[in-house]
Amino acid sequence: MSALVRIEAVSKRFGAVTAVDDVSLDVRENEFLALLGASGCGKTTLLRMIAGLETPDSGKILIGDEDMTAAPPYARPVNMMFQSYALFPHMSVEENVAFGLKQDGLRGAELSARVREALAAVEMEGLGPRKPHQLSGGQRQRVALARCLAKRPRVLLLDEPLAALDKHLRERTQLELTALRARLGITFIVVTHDQSEAMAMADRVAVMEAGRILQVAGPREVYERPANQAVARFFGDINLWRMEGGRIPELGVAVPMAPAGSMAAVRPERISIARGNGALSGVVRDVVYLGTATTYFVQVSAGETVRVLAPGGVMFQRGEGVSLSWPPEALAVLPP
Amino acid sequence: MSAKLRRRAVLALPWLWTVLFFFLPLALVVKISLATSQLSVPPYSDFFARTNGAVTGIRANLDNYGLLFSDALYVKAYLSSVKIAAISTVLALLLGYPMAYGIAHAAPTRRPLLLVLVTLPFWTSFLVRIYAWMGILRPGGTINTALQALGLIDEPLRLLNTPGAVYLGIVYAYLPFMVLPLYARLEKQDPALLEAAADLGARPWQAFLRVTLPLSLPGVLAGCLLVFIPAVGEFVIPELMGGPDTLMIGRVLWNEFFTNHDWPLSAAVTVLLLIVLVVPVALFQTVQARAEKRL
Repeated sequence: MSALVRIEAVSKRFGAVTAVDDVSLDVRENEFLALLGASGCGKTTLLRMIAGLETPDSGKILIGDEDMTAAPPYARPVNMMFQSYALFPHMSVEENVAFGLKQDGLRGAELSARVREALAAVEMEGLGPRKPHQLSGGQRQRVALARCLAKRPRVLLLDEPLAALDKHLRERTQLELTALRARLGITFIVVTHDQSEAMAMADRVAVMEAGRILQVAGPREVYERPANQAVARFFGDINLWRMEGGRIPELGVAVPMAPAGSMAAVRPERISIARGNGALSGVVRDVVYLGTATTYFVQVSAGETVRVLAPGGVMFQRGEGVSLSWPPEALAVLPP
Repeated sequence: MSAKLRRRAVLALPWLWTVLFFFLPLALVVKISLATSQLSVPPYSDFFARTNGAVTGIRANLDNYGLLFSDALYVKAYLSSVKIAAISTVLALLLGYPMAYGIAHAAPTRRPLLLVLVTLPFWTSFLVRIYAWMGILRPGGTINTALQALGLIDEPLRLLNTPGAVYLGIVYAYLPFMVLPLYARLEKQDPALLEAAADLGARPWQAFLRVTLPLSLPGVLAGCLLVFIPAVGEFVIPELMGGPDTLMIGRVLWNEFFTNHDWPLSAAVTVLLLIVLVVPVALFQTVQARAEKRL
């Protein structure tokens, strides 16, 4: 698989703010890549630079081996679905979808066939004559998607595609986007602030913070083997401890082959909890019942509180003595 | 007072105003337009036929309206007014659209200043500004003096009291009425729409023609009517800046009323002018209502 979109040392500043700071990233052909980060991390600016809506201050953007750094948006083989959908209010659904095709010079039967095809891909066949204001939020999202798909872009850029939808619709659309990608074989780059959304849809996740990419890896890897503390914290709860001389002093346990000064990270659900004494013993201080699982806050003898997520109902009560353990591969070593 | 009654009371004021200062005077004008001019005080015949002070009938006639249609002067004056107003409106649109577009796309912090600049001429009396234009255009005025000093012309050009001067005056006086509604419309437009158009392959001018322009049409219409309607009945500008051959219905009206003292005929001119203007307004309202429904 070759890189379809290649971002080389791209930076973008807005006044005193560096929105994107020396970012390099390869997006492979037919890949679903998620740009994940909190608001203001630069993910949308990066997406807009790929679309051509912003020009980088430095660095290069190549699309299909062609230098597109300075190319205007209308000359790029990419299409973007805007967070607000940006449907043309004075045009019907059909006219919206036909807009980009007419721009390519398509007319007559070929044009209407392509419009039908795009609307069919998002299951909106019957609503062609409607105006955007006559549609629900979910339907508008589909039209915006169809308008991009109709152009058969090499890369589809989606800016927070699910943010404006309610929870139920979001889950369904998430599945549909994944299915659509598999069927059409288009490269997807999605910007999102929701880590579960990124994990569910993407082949690879690029985690961003303060204009930089912290880690690019598969969902499982960024979750289980985070590159640093920021990535580790971004994906749900995690226990983090400082390591010193092959030990975690806060827990009083030995960690073989750990470089001094680095951090140890263990996800709460990887920790097993059992009655009685063990290598790491403690007392249950708090119990939070979540329905499908229960969170225990266990204070170990060295004083530190460990967060443990165990499946099922409440098995241990507050004040009960328990022992904790985890398999060696559950512990990730992070730079300080 | 109940809420319903209070709501009615609030509505009563604009109704009272409209009835007292629009419908009542209009009814009087219509009544006068149906009378015959005569030497008396007031200078028109009584609407009612009376015998010994008792009303015995109505003495209305449509002769004045008949005259307006049969005398070429009036027909020509109406047509000429509509033509001058229409051309002025188009010129104001061609000038006002780029201005409104420029303000709407200026940095948000600079827009208030630019808007003030557009409306600034209103802070001076309309008449003073027209006299200023006369000073600029007249044979010994600013332009002619400058051109002569530069040696470009030997004789002063005739700029004032020409059809061109009338267009200049009307466009100058009514340009803000074109710019402001256009600006309001263009400023409301979501910038993402133009980005989406570019993303879908439209060059900037194509995006303008396919997105910006159609979405600004209600503003175009509002601006055109705000210029066209007062321009049709304009009296001061053609009187002061136009030539003796500039025929506009406002001047005819003035002559009939103040020179010929023919109140019934002037009243008929007014009523017909009103009808000429009501048609575009009704059209505007229909289109506007349809556009509102769409957005």
